[in-house]
Amino acid sequence: MSSPASTPSRRRGKRGRGSNPPTPQDARSPPSQKRRTEDSTSTGDLQPMPTSPPADVQSPSGPDALFSSPPQFRHPAIPLDFDISSPLTYGTPSSRVEGTPRSGVRGTPVRQRPDLGSVRKARQVDLHSDGLAEDAVATEQSLGQKLVIWGTDVNVASCKEKFQRFLQRFIDPIAKEDEDIGLDLNEPRYMQRLEEINMVGEPFLNINCDHLRSFDENLYRQLICYPQEVIPTFDMAANEIFFDRYPDSILEHQIQVRPYNALKTRNMRSLNPEDIDQLITISGMVIRSSQLIPEMQEAFFKCQVCAFTTRVEIDRGRIAEPSVCKNCNTTHSMALIHNRSMFSDKQMIKLQESPEDMPAGQTPHTVALFAHNDLVDKVQPGDRVNVTGIYRAVPIRVNPRVSSVKSVYKTHIDVIHYRKTDSKRLHGVDEETEKKMFTEERVEILKELSKKKDVYERLSLALAPSIYEHEDIKKASKILYFSCKGILLQLFGGSRKDFTHTGRGNFRAEINILLCGDPGTSKSQLLQYVYNLVPRGQYTSGKGSSAVGLTAYVMKDPETRQLVLQTGALVLSDNGICCIDEFDKMNESTRSVLHEVMEQQTLSIAKAGIICQLNARTSILAAANPIESQWNPKKTTIENIQLPHTLLSRFDLIFLMLDPRDEAYDRRLARHLVSLYYQSEEEMEEEYMDMAVLKDYIAYARSHVNPRLSEEASQALIEAYVDMRKIGSGRGMVSAYPRQLESLIRLAEAHAKVRFSEKVETIDVEEAKRLHREALKQSATDPRTGIVDISILTTGMSTTARKRKEELAQALRKLIQSKGKTPSLKYQQLFDDLRAQSDTAVTKEMFEEALRALADDDFLTVTGKTVRLL
Amino acid sequence: MPCVADWLNNPFSIVQGIFAQNVPNSDWEKKVTDYFKEKLKENNATNWVPSLNDVPVHYLKPNSLVKFRCMVQDMFDPEFYMGIYETVDPNTNARVLHFGKYRDVAECGPQQEIDLNSSQTVTLERQTFYCVPVPGESAWVKEISKTKGKPHGSSQARVSPSTSYTPSRHKRSYEEDEDMDLHPSKQKEQHMGSGGDIHGCVEPKRLETEASAGHHLISPNCSPPLDLNFPLPGEKGPACLVKVYESWDSFKVNDVLEVYGILSVDPVLSIVNSEESCAVPFPVDSSALDPMDCMDTAEEQRVHSPPASLVPRIHVILAQKLQHINPLLPACLNEEESKTFVSNFMSELSPVRAELLGFLTHALLGDSLAAEYLILHLISTVYARRDVLPLGKFTVNLSGCPRNSIFTEHLYRIIQQLVPASYRLQMTIENMNQSRFIPHKDYTANRLVSGVLQLASNTSLVVDETQLEQGQLDTTGIHNVTALGNLITWQKVDYDFNYHQMEFPCNINVLVTSEGRSLLPSDCQVHLQPQIIPPNMEEYMNSLLTAVLPSVLNKFRIYLSLLRLLDYSISEDVTKAVEEDFVEMRKNDPESVTADDLHRTLLVARFLSLSAGQTTLSRERWLRAKQLEALRKARLQQQKCVNGNEL
Repeated sequence: MSSPASTPSRRRGKRGRGSNPPTPQDARSPPSQKRRTEDSTSTGDLQPMPTSPPADVQSPSGPDALFSSPPQFRHPAIPLDFDISSPLTYGTPSSRVEGTPRSGVRGTPVRQRPDLGSVRKARQVDLHSDGLAEDAVATEQSLGQKLVIWGTDVNVASCKEKFQRFLQRFIDPIAKEDEDIGLDLNEPRYMQRLEEINMVGEPFLNINCDHLRSFDENLYRQLICYPQEVIPTFDMAANEIFFDRYPDSILEHQIQVRPYNALKTRNMRSLNPEDIDQLITISGMVIRSSQLIPEMQEAFFKCQVCAFTTRVEIDRGRIAEPSVCKNCNTTHSMALIHNRSMFSDKQMIKLQESPEDMPAGQTPHTVALFAHNDLVDKVQPGDRVNVTGIYRAVPIRVNPRVSSVKSVYKTHIDVIHYRKTDSKRLHGVDEETEKKMFTEERVEILKELSKKKDVYERLSLALAPSIYEHEDIKKASKILYFSCKGILLQLFGGSRKDFTHTGRGNFRAEINILLCGDPGTSKSQLLQYVYNLVPRGQYTSGKGSSAVGLTAYVMKDPETRQLVLQTGALVLSDNGICCIDEFDKMNESTRSVLHEVMEQQTLSIAKAGIICQLNARTSILAAANPIESQWNPKKTTIENIQLPHTLLSRFDLIFLMLDPRDEAYDRRLARHLVSLYYQSEEEMEEEYMDMAVLKDYIAYARSHVNPRLSEEASQALIEAYVDMRKIGSGRGMVSAYPRQLESLIRLAEAHAKVRFSEKVETIDVEEAKRLHREALKQSATDPRTGIVDISILTTGMSTTARKRKEELAQALRKLIQSKGKTPSLKYQQLFDDLRAQSDTAVTKEMFEEALRALADDDFLTVTGKTVRLL
Repeated sequence: MPCVADWLNNPFSIVQGIFAQNVPNSDWEKKVTDYFKEKLKENNATNWVPSLNDVPVHYLKPNSLVKFRCMVQDMFDPEFYMGIYETVDPNTNARVLHFGKYRDVAECGPQQEIDLNSSQTVTLERQTFYCVPVPGESAWVKEISKTKGKPHGSSQARVSPSTSYTPSRHKRSYEEDEDMDLHPSKQKEQHMGSGGDIHGCVEPKRLETEASAGHHLISPNCSPPLDLNFPLPGEKGPACLVKVYESWDSFKVNDVLEVYGILSVDPVLSIVNSEESCAVPFPVDSSALDPMDCMDTAEEQRVHSPPASLVPRIHVILAQKLQHINPLLPACLNEEESKTFVSNFMSELSPVRAELLGFLTHALLGDSLAAEYLILHLISTVYARRDVLPLGKFTVNLSGCPRNSIFTEHLYRIIQQLVPASYRLQMTIENMNQSRFIPHKDYTANRLVSGVLQLASNTSLVVDETQLEQGQLDTTGIHNVTALGNLITWQKVDYDFNYHQMEFPCNINVLVTSEGRSLLPSDCQVHLQPQIIPPNMEEYMNSLLTAVLPSVLNKFRIYLSLLRLLDYSISEDVTKAVEEDFVEMRKNDPESVTADDLHRTLLVARFLSLSAGQTTLSRERWLRAKQLEALRKARLQQQKCVNGNEL
């Protein structure tokens, strides 16, 4: 593959042949240059064509119309030059000068671009001549502007000029700060990039095709259609500018231009024969990468008879073996010398289309990629990448010796640029991909929707259409109505805040919700619906999951015998929602894992020598059934579901979904269910659309809206919190904890997100308060007193219950003291006395508890059936 | 019939003719499909086309028209091929245009060369599906579809096998004899395995002898046998690479197709395989440094281009999705003539139903309620999905089955005789821990490795829980049980793509037979109450099957397949009545009547109406459904009490 054919180097090589030594550049790099002049086997086939650009016949010192690079003698020193024939220098292309003069740009060697493939055919033809090659060559000076590369409409000179103008002038009007750290947005963007190259020394210039398109539509079109010809031209242009500005810069090799983001990112499925040889960008997931493959770029032949050597470049995947030695005319005497030949790195990668792009019910497509040189090993299996490259199709020869050809082409993409789409996920939501999901019209629709007054209502009603009719849900079940609202807010989530620098760590932005209640109240359906709604949702059942299944486990890879970390549901739903059904049936050890996840949003693992902390910024939506299968209204939430209060207090909202047992509700439910059984397919389709809109709405809000608290809102929050504390203080109990305040803030933020508002305002706080109150009313009501008591959730026992316990202990103490100074008492006797004395029923448990309390006070000890005073 | 022989035996000549007439217009492709469509419409022409399902590949003439009834197991990447290419004769410089459609190898004469750079070359795209015979296809389906074409006189109507097989004519009749012989012993065959495939049982022997007779079957150096990737263990039959040329987007994995196309078994395809797999890292001489050599792993090569003799290629001319695979029913129910068939059958529906009910009652040891529910189960199908909720699935858990008896096995055999596709899953600890239920993607070979749960729509899956013993499930076992549970609850299987999972909706009728309540979820639990305990279960069941006339059996088959495809609606006033009813029930007993009960009763009512051939719900059916439910529940209650007393 002799891509340099279109880069200056290759042409100059030909010029060397055409104008014959001695020319200045021959004096500069004699060995390689000489060899090149003698090498005509590989290029011989091109000679009848107007092979070379106009500059070819000119003396290099003349005004070089095409390669406006400065003449070489301006930099006579060639510090990097060395003897090519030295055996030490074979192999690595970058270290070799591959027989090319350094064009104008000092001693920086040109590096081949195998990614561009064989461009030997890049002949230029004159559009206006009658196709007579000689004429074109003769008059090329005057026709210079009309010359195009054969088969294309690309004029090298104008193309280069345009691109240089682009580099020098382009200022991104809609640049985002986060993308270009350290770039001055008002200065030409790519000039700053070149400066960066000068400082960092990484000779690659990434060009966003979108920028190019907004700058010069035609140039962009040419790039897309004829990347093989245009990119080398870009290379030239970039190098000239670079070495003009930084003549002393030393790079490993010349700058290579890497365009990315070509057109809209194409779906792998939409690739078709028309895309062959065009520049495309597709997204997908790497599923397999091969070992490094050394690919021969240039073969080195030596005559066995006279030791004459020659080099043959690869041409379209083949090396043409010279059959006759040009020196001694012996036939079949040339032998390949392996370690003098030149190889480049190559890697085969399989890319599979990303799961989101796949139509339902079909299997994913894959496409082969070839990565070259330094792009080798840039991606690992499992990475999500956007690949920009040239799409190729190559016919398969059944057998080299038989002329029949399989009628199928093998296709692959020569990679020019990788962009990992998930690398950013480490520090936040993946913006690049999510932004792309929305077309402008879509965003318009969403924004329109967000302006509606009742958007919050609408969305929350859209949440669970399969369970209830839209209009009915509100009337039918108040609890369900609020639960839907709560879940909606959960889907949006709060704003992420980072207080790491002040030592408080991250604040949780995710909202956790627990649904508990009677069986058959569609909790599972709600969960399943949510799971299908969010892109990174995970659904597990408490019964079926173990601690390792939720967190992560260490496994020995059967092949490599290395320990690898396999992530579980919680880690997989990072930035998503983890739905856990049958939360109550989860065993103790599994549940304990959740403590860390639900507050710190991380998972720590210390196992088999692997100690690490994984991010698990996941919202948890759990559903639990009461222990007695039916909700016992006489018991508290904790008693009903038997979950530790430490865990319960980590849920922002707990909803009780009780069977309302009222006629109107039943009627609506019945109507809705019956309709399910005869509704036609189309009607269902319509509702499915709703889900799509909702999906987009949430995704957009999550990625684009990041509300901050306004002054009034903070005031309102403070007031709300103080009010909540006040309620309890009147009765001598704590009715709110900082955790509740945090919950309120999160809910308010989420509500602001629903409105697409960048500011949290009082109405958001109002709604948050309302929701929080509703949830509390249901879950934290003390069944004995009917008072909302937050301590049920935070300590597992209502304040009144605790008070009663204390009272009983005091009564017992009084009873014992009234008995005088007896050292010991009969257990049963005491119990009977207490029962006789007290006006409420005293159970044995209560009595024992009271005894224990007194024992803790060192008042008495219980041994067997006797109670001994101390 | 020379004309027939032409388009059947040498479809290429037809295509070539149309191509030559119409080039350079691009509509020649359409004309080709139209031509074949017309041809196949002619009186029973579809029956003349030999089917890969019945005829072994080596009996078929290469490049002839064949049909294949199959399920899409995997989809490979689309491939680009030379739609039109040009050959050059280096001596005379004569240029000829060829078409590359329906071909694997670009054809060119001995003196010609393909001009790869010709401006005439047109590159087109086609899609390859890896297809397997419908998993779990019942023996009777194969049998009937096989004999379907025969009345036309087997030797004429059937395409005579390729000329190189002179003894094949003899063999053909031999084969038929064999079939005859096998017929009485069908029952015995059934014993042998769950997939009881008569044809398959005979075939290996023949294959072996034929192979040794020396034609291009398995090359001797091909050491490990090729895994044909059938979803169910013990399946046999040809797997096929089906090349689809148009609207491949409309096909999905697990779709059941009937394809008509040109069979390609070019031995060259196998040569490609062996050459490429032994490619040297880099050629020492100056010969081709083909960049493609290193592209695919050996495994991928094996899977994607297996020897054509084992996995033939079919270049599809016509492909249609099948609603059902029952050969007793017209393939498409919307056509005019099939409508008369349907209405004829509907008129005699109630005796058939009564007979079927009687038959199943006997099969269920005299329990008519269980038989009623079994009918409802057998005609259930997922008719729609609401968000995530599949509607119309009716998983029945038949509890109270006698343990360790051959009852469940025989029950399955009877179901197998009734439905077109079925599979019996023995839920033993060993089975759960070892077999692979969920299909997963093998990235080295780049294919979807099938699993037991990769089944076509409307397959009956009988899960036998009576086989379950105490023991420990390992990770695979847990995954398998979870997958089975998901399948039952959501009618979907999450295929494992290693880096992510993908949800594939399915429509599988699951019947769980268990002793007590099953550990798997189910829509409806029916406790079996045997009225008669036959002293010899095996004899009893066998006699039951032999007692049924084949014509009656066929009616049962039509009945079950047809009723699944009917539409159904509920009128406004019945809706009202149901509503009232539900409210009333809730009033009386709010504890035990839930939304789930309403769901179930509505389902029962739906299938009850359909089973009687009614497409709307009537008040009587609704009451009957409620009555059935009440009976069923009473039984369960009773069962609970019994268990309680025992404790």
